[in-house]
Amino acid sequence: MVPFGGYAMPVQYQTGILSEHLHTRRSAGLFDVSHMGQVRLIGDGAIAAVERLVPGDIQALKPGRVRYTMLTNDQGGIIDDLMVARREKELALVVNAGTKDNDIAHIAAHLPAGVELIYEQQRALLALQGPLAAAVLERHIPGIAKVAFMTETAAKLAGIEITLTRSGYTGEDGFELSVPASRADEVARLLLAASEVLPIGLGARDSLRLEAGLCLYGHDIDETTTPIEAGLIWTISKRRRAEGGFPGDAVIQKQIAQGPGRHRVGIQPEGRAPAREGVEIQIGGQTIGKITSGGFGPSADRPVAMGYVDAAKAITGTAIDLIVRGKPMPARIVAMPFVPHSYFKNI
Amino acid sequence: MANIRFTNDHEWIRVEGDTAVIGITDYAQQQLGDVVFVELPEVGRALERGKDAAVVESVKAASEVYAPIDGQVIEINTLLLDQPATVNSDPQGAGWFFKVKLGDTAQLEALLDETAYNNMIQELG
Repeated sequence: MVPFGGYAMPVQYQTGILSEHLHTRRSAGLFDVSHMGQVRLIGDGAIAAVERLVPGDIQALKPGRVRYTMLTNDQGGIIDDLMVARREKELALVVNAGTKDNDIAHIAAHLPAGVELIYEQQRALLALQGPLAAAVLERHIPGIAKVAFMTETAAKLAGIEITLTRSGYTGEDGFELSVPASRADEVARLLLAASEVLPIGLGARDSLRLEAGLCLYGHDIDETTTPIEAGLIWTISKRRRAEGGFPGDAVIQKQIAQGPGRHRVGIQPEGRAPAREGVEIQIGGQTIGKITSGGFGPSADRPVAMGYVDAAKAITGTAIDLIVRGKPMPARIVAMPFVPHSYFKNI
Repeated sequence: MANIRFTNDHEWIRVEGDTAVIGITDYAQQQLGDVVFVELPEVGRALERGKDAAVVESVKAASEVYAPIDGQVIEINTLLLDQPATVNSDPQGAGWFFKVKLGDTAQLEALLDETAYNNMIQELG
């Protein structure tokens, strides 16, 4: 167990990070992500209020749809990244564990009268991820295997009222299930009873998201990195780019127009030695950036990393040196993800 | 004296005549988890007791391996470069790291014997 975001979390279960990681990509893994913050915003003004805090297009979000966006500060930095689900008369947010108290205070301070914020402390969050996740859930929730990626559904699982989104943090197909905390143990045991499912710890959660090229808050993105630098421009719609109306909009609009000074890029070490967070990136002895996440990619079967480099050097194929234990190690800038995404496409 | 000794940092050292074989203990590999990379010292390098000798990286983290005693490296286990997971499967056998020519054998006396090491890891839980 290790401390994470104020919680004691298991790094791994019995079989270890490597096999948990590979099992999730091959079958299905269950993650207890109840440390994350679940927040509901109820009232007619909720959409407009959230749009004043994030660059994501919340107005365009139809009921039942989910979107990834981020809370920004006045400098265009990222206070947190989050998921926003639109329900008929409310928005449901999922924010990071270590940032949730700040996020809630920040959001609450910017809500107009008539919008109510409910911090769902009595709900747990379980993620079932992997190519067989849908088949496992289909046994309990007929029809669920057909719902689209990035949608939210209310359903009954063994008589328990839950909501689930088809989303996740592994690059695989999968679902995140919001369940009453009092029934979480029951739901977890039910899902783990399926022969396809193993419990997966924090270690594999990190290696899976790293291979998928997904950002970890506090490492790959933080209050000093903008969504544009982080390569998250795809989360900002044409309307929001044009209109602004969120914290740091001027900085972000300028970076969209002129390009940012640095970019988050994928990094492929050429040898077998992992290059981890904090490792300096050089070209010809000149520092051009730093690794923000790195380690061994079990599915890639080699070390993988991501980090920020000067915009002029952020070109796929560029040869770089990673300074590991004082020695330069050859690497290249590569496109992410390191392992192709396998999100569900309903054809 | 049994010919295997241990450090507080979970290295083992086995004396074979005037050479010593060094690796990390079963407890160490369990704590590290899946080993994915091992960096070994160059043959010929003079190691100093308690100083960095090798690096072992698991999916979780990078860890230094320290020299249990002074000595010159005479052989390294190149198998670990291709199959680092041998450290997990056979830490005190095929997963050895390097061999040194024994210098000051008195240094061995300062290390833990098997009983003392086992008692120490018992206490670590």
